[in-house]
Amino acid sequence: MLIRKGTDIKSSDITDEPCYLRRREFIQLATGAMIGALAAGTAEAQTPLPNIAKHTVTTDEKVNSFQEITSYNNYYEFGIGKNDPQRYAGKLTTSPWTVKIDGACAKPADYHLEDLIKPFELEERIYRHRCVEAWSMVIPWVGIPLASVVKRAEPTSKATFVEFTTVLRPKEMPGLASGGLNWPYTEGLRMDEAMHPLTLLAVGLYGNTLMNQNGAPIRLVIPWKYGFKGAKSIVRIRFVEKMPRTSWVEQNPDWYGFYSNVNPNVSPVRWDQSREKRLPGLFATRKTLMFNGYADQVQSMYAGMDLKRYY
Amino acid sequence: MRRISKVLLFVLALSPVAWLAWGLLHGTLGANPAETIQLQTGRWALKFLLVTLAVTPVRRVTGWNVVIQYRRMLGLFAFFYASLHFTSYIVLDQFFDWNAMFRDIPKRPFILMGTLAFLLLTPLAITSTKGWIRRLGRRWQTLHRLIYLAACCAIVHFAWKVKVIVGDPVIYAVILAALLGFRAIWFLRKRNARPRRAVPQSA
Repeated sequence: MLIRKGTDIKSSDITDEPCYLRRREFIQLATGAMIGALAAGTAEAQTPLPNIAKHTVTTDEKVNSFQEITSYNNYYEFGIGKNDPQRYAGKLTTSPWTVKIDGACAKPADYHLEDLIKPFELEERIYRHRCVEAWSMVIPWVGIPLASVVKRAEPTSKATFVEFTTVLRPKEMPGLASGGLNWPYTEGLRMDEAMHPLTLLAVGLYGNTLMNQNGAPIRLVIPWKYGFKGAKSIVRIRFVEKMPRTSWVEQNPDWYGFYSNVNPNVSPVRWDQSREKRLPGLFATRKTLMFNGYADQVQSMYAGMDLKRYY
Repeated sequence: MRRISKVLLFVLALSPVAWLAWGLLHGTLGANPAETIQLQTGRWALKFLLVTLAVTPVRRVTGWNVVIQYRRMLGLFAFFYASLHFTSYIVLDQFFDWNAMFRDIPKRPFILMGTLAFLLLTPLAITSTKGWIRRLGRRWQTLHRLIYLAACCAIVHFAWKVKVIVGDPVIYAVILAALLGFRAIWFLRKRNARPRRAVPQSA
């Protein structure tokens, strides 16, 4: 009997898995650096984020590649094509960056981005991301819980909703010229949603700072809601008493609702939400899960609410 | 010469689908290759529809009667890309779930419009042969005026699909309006040019 002996591979020859998984990123960074050197100033390089304290993985599914996550984006300020943000977002200056926190709170302030983040520990969160357009990805975000920032601002009893505003810079955002949405991009959450431990203020991706096309330098990630709820490049967080107007609801209230929780049973007008296509797959055959699979953690917030009406 | 130009046009008209097939095999269609296939086949169907509709105005304005010889091929390519586009919906979006499709089509206005456009084009493709042209006689032309309606449905389908109506859907709509407008003007001028018949007097 022939028993085959395994080839001798020294452990030093083996690329460890996290490193292997990030191979594309390495290539991307290397090419990015080259392009950066060629056209100084246009390509925004990522900086590694040290001291990521905690890693939370909420799915055992395969994480999408850096290339996929950074080349297929909806960020209409840079154009409506999926590739436009990657192509044009490099122009956006993200440093220095100030976030205004105001409205119904005891401690309104203008924070430099660094000061906003510094008091808290950075965490990696691997989340499913479900777009309202019925495609999905799995993304390794890095950030801090929004709840930490909210608590520090000490919202008053009048603060029932939180409104988020995206930066508006016509000179750096070519998509603004063609119109379409009521800029600046505005989103909102109910206070309990904002305080939920899953709600993340993301500042990084794959262990590095965010790319501009993904909403650098700071964006919102709410994994049980459709992706558009996650406002990008946030410049203002405001505590308000009334439900804020949000850009997409204003654009087309028949297609989009304020809550926009991922729900396979409710499909307003445009998309059938019962299934989704996990990119880069070809077929939209994956069954969409209630609250994008985070029902156990979030459904109690919506107990007794008619989700067909409040979609 | 005519043969060669037709073969050339044929090959040229197939290049978008060749590009898609190559991209699919080599992974160059982006993070959402299915969407790229859907968008591109839809756009090419529309482009061929508009080019087909441009044949008659071009002929009338320039007097190049030779262009009419390419009209059938252009129209059939519009149908070819529309078929690929519709197939991509059945296979990529719905994966042969016929029940889901029957529920989906009437419920989503933009899909209904697209389906309607495709259904309107189907009899035109079938009756594009010489045999059918002969058999239908004068009714053939009347039937083939359905292309105007199909093109309108296709444009509405495109405009209702997008989240914000800017850019391409607007451009396509303007071109279609111009092509149909040309026909309307031509029709009215021809009618006015005809000597008016005297209104019979009842005496």
